[in-house]
Amino acid sequence: MTNERLTAFTRQAGTILATLIGLLILTFCIGRLMPVDPVRAIVGEEADQATYDMVAERIGANLPLWQQFFRYVNDLAHGDFGTSIRTGQPVINDILHVMPATIELATFAIIFGAGLGIPLGILAAVRRNRPIDHAIRFVTLIGHSMPIFWTGMIGLIVFYAMLDLVGGGGRLSDYYIGLVPEATGFLLIDSLLAGDMEVFRDAVNHLLLPASILGYSSLAYITRMTRSFMLDQLNQEYITTARVKGLSKNRTIWHHAFANIRVQLVTIVALAYGTLLEGAVLIETVFSWPGFGQYITNNMLIGDMNAVMTCVLLVGIIFIALNLLSDALYKIFDPRTR
Amino acid sequence: MAAESLSIQDGAQEKLMSGYRSNPNSAFRRFLAIIRELLDSPTSAFGLVVVTILLLTAIVAPLLAPYDPNVVDLGNTLKPPSSEHWFGTDELGRDIMSRIIHGTRISLTIITIVSVIVGPIGLLVGTTAGYFGGWYDTVMMRITDIFLSFPSLILSLAFVAALGAGLENAIIAIGLTTWPPIARLARAETLTFRGADYISASRMQGASALRIIVKSIMPMCLPSVLVRVTLSMATVILTAAGLGFLGLGAQPPLPEWGAMIATGRRYMLDNWWLVAFPGGAILLVSLAFNLLGDGLRDALDPKQR
Repeated sequence: MTNERLTAFTRQAGTILATLIGLLILTFCIGRLMPVDPVRAIVGEEADQATYDMVAERIGANLPLWQQFFRYVNDLAHGDFGTSIRTGQPVINDILHVMPATIELATFAIIFGAGLGIPLGILAAVRRNRPIDHAIRFVTLIGHSMPIFWTGMIGLIVFYAMLDLVGGGGRLSDYYIGLVPEATGFLLIDSLLAGDMEVFRDAVNHLLLPASILGYSSLAYITRMTRSFMLDQLNQEYITTARVKGLSKNRTIWHHAFANIRVQLVTIVALAYGTLLEGAVLIETVFSWPGFGQYITNNMLIGDMNAVMTCVLLVGIIFIALNLLSDALYKIFDPRTR
Repeated sequence: MAAESLSIQDGAQEKLMSGYRSNPNSAFRRFLAIIRELLDSPTSAFGLVVVTILLLTAIVAPLLAPYDPNVVDLGNTLKPPSSEHWFGTDELGRDIMSRIIHGTRISLTIITIVSVIVGPIGLLVGTTAGYFGGWYDTVMMRITDIFLSFPSLILSLAFVAALGAGLENAIIAIGLTTWPPIARLARAETLTFRGADYISASRMQGASALRIIVKSIMPMCLPSVLVRVTLSMATVILTAAGLGFLGLGAQPPLPEWGAMIATGRRYMLDNWWLVAFPGGAILLVSLAFNLLGDGLRDALDPKQR
């Protein structure tokens, strides 16, 4: 490693560290701002003063704020994210338990969003300012402007209540719940492992609507970005040169223009995947989907401090990680950044 | 988005600056010219018209609404749309159209307060960070980075959970999450003309840093900040509705659109109009701000076309 690269590396590590510390301060502030007395939440309303003081002493609620902060960081460093007041379980166990449902939902959503969004974006760029371009831009703008929880409900009214094409809320119909043993937490994988095709079909049926609606919101973003990346390329002279030299239009588009935007697309899709967490909060509420989004909302509504702090911290870390990942991908695949 | 916004400069500055230098009459003429340009394209005209209608509706809501939005009529519950109740009635017999019309006041309040908070804060943080640079810049940008590392709805949710549910706290929370992108943009703009000759000239003439920032830099950032704030409003509307829907924003019986959808959800499978119309209103307003923002970008920056 050359000296220059070492400096760059140290600088980036410093940036990440500073952002992480900021993130910790932010979650700590949110936790302390909450109108819940952490001691009262543990001992209950009826506890006498002695018990109250004892618990306050044990969890350090009467220490100065900065000491409480160090205690918080120290606990985190030892893998202790606190105990959920609602479930009595360590928060991290709760989160690990609900995560597969959300990952399953988000993965199908991103397959839908990217699988449709990238071709649409390329089509819009190639047919710039033609009717098809306007139509695609209109569809994506709607996806960008719609309240996702509302679209979810309209989807339920139309495709579930009226047409009866898909399953309703939840991950499975009631009579299938608990039929397959929970191995990974991913229902599709679990049902395949158990060889139960009926459960598998039912799970897919329940996944289809929420995943496609969630995917529609990321489709809007992916299409817009693909279109503008493609336009950047198509306006460049090497494209004209390639065409003049007799290369077919298709080959120019796919082998030259598209080949050059692949790296950018990967980063966009990675970021879109993270943003799906936001949509998941709303779509999981609409579809009674027992995932991370519903977990975070429920705990916010009842003021379960440890759970809320950990969830916020986790979302922040996921986003920082995705940003780092997309930077790294750039460096690996784009020789110009080396 | 950032790369796009970076290039909103030259033409836009001249256009806007011409309004600043000369008399108020020509500033007004400049304003009219922008409006005319917006009306030229069907999409931005649509955005402008919808936002104007929203504004007017909010002002004259009581005159426009056929019924009192809060009067319960238990003999008339869950009636589908008809000539008497165009958008039907809800589970308490309240007229949904009247509630949506009164809801415009809440939406407009949210939009106004949020823009008044985030525009100036973003502008101030961004221009000072860009102009002074050094450790101040580093600290400020680290702070915006932390805010930017969250999807806005999740951060707003966390703030509302900390501050307590309700409309006022929802507005504060949304404001807290909306300023960082604006600050980033204003900083990027500032960096591009920090070294410009006219800035050095005024510095050599002895202008203070404050004067340079307020008089020379802020006006240059205004067009792009204005575009950014308009586009943010589309997201703000969605976030506010989302908070209302989750029960953390405006509380029933306030006729906030998201909260209306939340209560309507229980009856929606048999009574689609309870959720369809308020959601349609949210979609319309959010779409309008997106189109208006795109139109403003075109009008303030001819190069983008």
